Amino acid sequence: MALLQIAEPGMSAAPHERRLAIGIDLGTTHSLVASVLSGVPTVIPDQEGRVLLPSVVRYLRDGGVIVGEVARLAAALDPHNTIASVKRLMGRGLADVRTLAGYLPYDLSPEGGMVRIRTVAGEKSPVEVSAEILRVLKARAVEALGGEPEGAVITVPAYFDDAQRQATKDAARLAGLPVLRLLAEPTAAAVAYGLDKGSEGVFAIYDLGGGTFDISILRLRQGVFEVLATAGDSALGGDDMDHAIAQWLMAEAGGPAADPLWRRQVLQAARSAKEALSTAEEVQVHLALPSQRPWQAPLLRAQMEALVAPVIQRTLPACRRVLRDAGLAPSELDGVVLVGGATRVPAVRATVQTFFQRAPLADIDPDEVVALGAAIQADVLLGNQREDLLLMDVIPLSLGLETMGGLVERIIPRNTLIPVAKAQEFTTFKDGQTAMSIHVVQGERDLVQDCRSLARFSLRGIPPMVAGAARIRVTFQVDADGLLAVSAQEESSGVRAEVAVRPSYGLSDAEILGMLEDSFAHGAGDAARRRIAEARVEGERVREALDAVLAVDAGLLDAAESQVLDSARASLLLALGGDDADAIAAAAKAVEDAAEPLVQRRMDNAVRRAMAGRSIDDWGD
Amino acid sequence: MGLSMTEQAARHVRETLAKRGKGQGIRIGVKTSGCSGLSYVLEFVDTPNPEDTAFAFGDVKLFVDPKSLVYLDGTELDFTREGLNQGFRFNNPNVKNTCGCGESFTT
Repeated sequence: MALLQIAEPGMSAAPHERRLAIGIDLGTTHSLVASVLSGVPTVIPDQEGRVLLPSVVRYLRDGGVIVGEVARLAAALDPHNTIASVKRLMGRGLADVRTLAGYLPYDLSPEGGMVRIRTVAGEKSPVEVSAEILRVLKARAVEALGGEPEGAVITVPAYFDDAQRQATKDAARLAGLPVLRLLAEPTAAAVAYGLDKGSEGVFAIYDLGGGTFDISILRLRQGVFEVLATAGDSALGGDDMDHAIAQWLMAEAGGPAADPLWRRQVLQAARSAKEALSTAEEVQVHLALPSQRPWQAPLLRAQMEALVAPVIQRTLPACRRVLRDAGLAPSELDGVVLVGGATRVPAVRATVQTFFQRAPLADIDPDEVVALGAAIQADVLLGNQREDLLLMDVIPLSLGLETMGGLVERIIPRNTLIPVAKAQEFTTFKDGQTAMSIHVVQGERDLVQDCRSLARFSLRGIPPMVAGAARIRVTFQVDADGLLAVSAQEESSGVRAEVAVRPSYGLSDAEILGMLEDSFAHGAGDAARRRIAEARVEGERVREALDAVLAVDAGLLDAAESQVLDSARASLLLALGGDDADAIAAAAKAVEDAAEPLVQRRMDNAVRRAMAGRSIDDWGD
Repeated sequence: MGLSMTEQAARHVRETLAKRGKGQGIRIGVKTSGCSGLSYVLEFVDTPNPEDTAFAFGDVKLFVDPKSLVYLDGTELDFTREGLNQGFRFNNPNVKNTCGCGESFTT
């Protein structure tokens, strides 16, 4: 006999139609799964009652796979085959992760665009590694809920780009999990606190995990969440606090600083002390020096807080930046939410409270809050709750395409709510052009070279027409998960080409921030460069048109006219070589003026030819 | 006509109602569906219906509509744990057959 859960009024499911929904927080250091049981979002523990699953996967020679705590403990013994922090590699290319190589000890395969890790069980992609973590969480849910989950909501950082989101979805598919949608982590935390129940508000979500720090500003309007701004540090977290405390312990206790076993013991002691001091005012730290007598000393909370203060202070520049990006003062916020285990440290809470001028929301376990929010969202999406809560995310960087002269035509501006579809018409630049190359880019800068290239494809089979006559409709579509599809269609012939964007490499959040900052810093410069590029495109067009005409009808001009035109053309060529937009525009204008007699005569000739040999009656109607 | 509830079930209902933050109790009932004809209903009650019969177990209220009561007379509502899985179980003396999964039954 199946065990039943209490449903919301009127929402009892028919037998075999109970729709099990789960939420998964697929984290850098830990992952966890939650579900709404009898109306209450609940995290699902494993057989031993542990909720957090370390995001560590160990591959064995015999093909076996170990996930979680046991794998984490083996990391030091078998570093090449024990993969931790794989989230940092999701959707990334080799070039992107070189900077991470310093602290990721893996043997990365040099082939192909995407990162692959060499293990005793063969090469593994980050998608495969993540799928192993998801499989374990799914098995946990199946056992606890008594059935296969019908849908899952998986959380991703707000700044994850298309490639990283796609990789996350791929991992879920590989693990046999039907993904309802991906949800931004800060949004999930806000949902867990029921902030979506209000009508309006602006909230800061401060997420300090083991190894990453994210701060996001969310705006709720008519029940819809928007990520206004996000910033952070992908190499800052509770681990840095542990290291700071460990360093102090090491100096106090002496001991062999180079001995890895000793270092690990000290680090473990530092972490335990930090955790204990979240509630206690004082702890005794015991260390067993390898060849000497045991060492013991008290550590006061105040001392510990002084040691970790620099780490906490490092979160503040990003906090200032998001507020500036969102154009808000701390006093304009309606609430601050704490996420991540490191926010249990009282000094973190105090710092956040001082900075944001209000007591942060912290009653939900900061390790669980994201998974709980995801579970609520999954439950709603499967129709198990009455309220239809509609959550929205925004695209982190503008999407556009390359136009003549290396300029970016922005199709979807950044911070547009998704899902979204936008179309724009383009035309051909040259007579008889039968193909068009479409280059999709992401970024805030005006020139293609400063943006990130996402995809290129060609539309072929355009019927030959004069320049400017073809109508090519380019559609950008971003689905609810932030994935982009671009299509191009020539209207008269219906020829069509499209591409789903799965870029071969990604950007780090720091790079995205860098790109945003660049676009602000270079705003004026970009505008000037855009003007030059535009003038150059126009100048080139005039020159090409003139050369095409001269090749056929140079004879229509007398010597004086010819000389004027030649000198105008020479001035234009000179201006095109320079960087003065006004000079290029003036020279192009001069060429057009000088060519006026020629254009006039060509027109007359054309008319005469067309009318030759016909009676005036033929033109009657 | 009577219904009963084990101490574990009452405790769980009390806790869930407290966490949910609203609700006067829970409703149990049957509806026609499923592979063997009838299935159980187990829901929160925010506003009871006038025709409901209410049973009180300490501070926990159980509401049943008159049609369902016929099928549920003598039923004990239990809350059990089976490994990681936990939930409510109806011990209903009227049941003659259940389908393989136990989610629906005939009387």
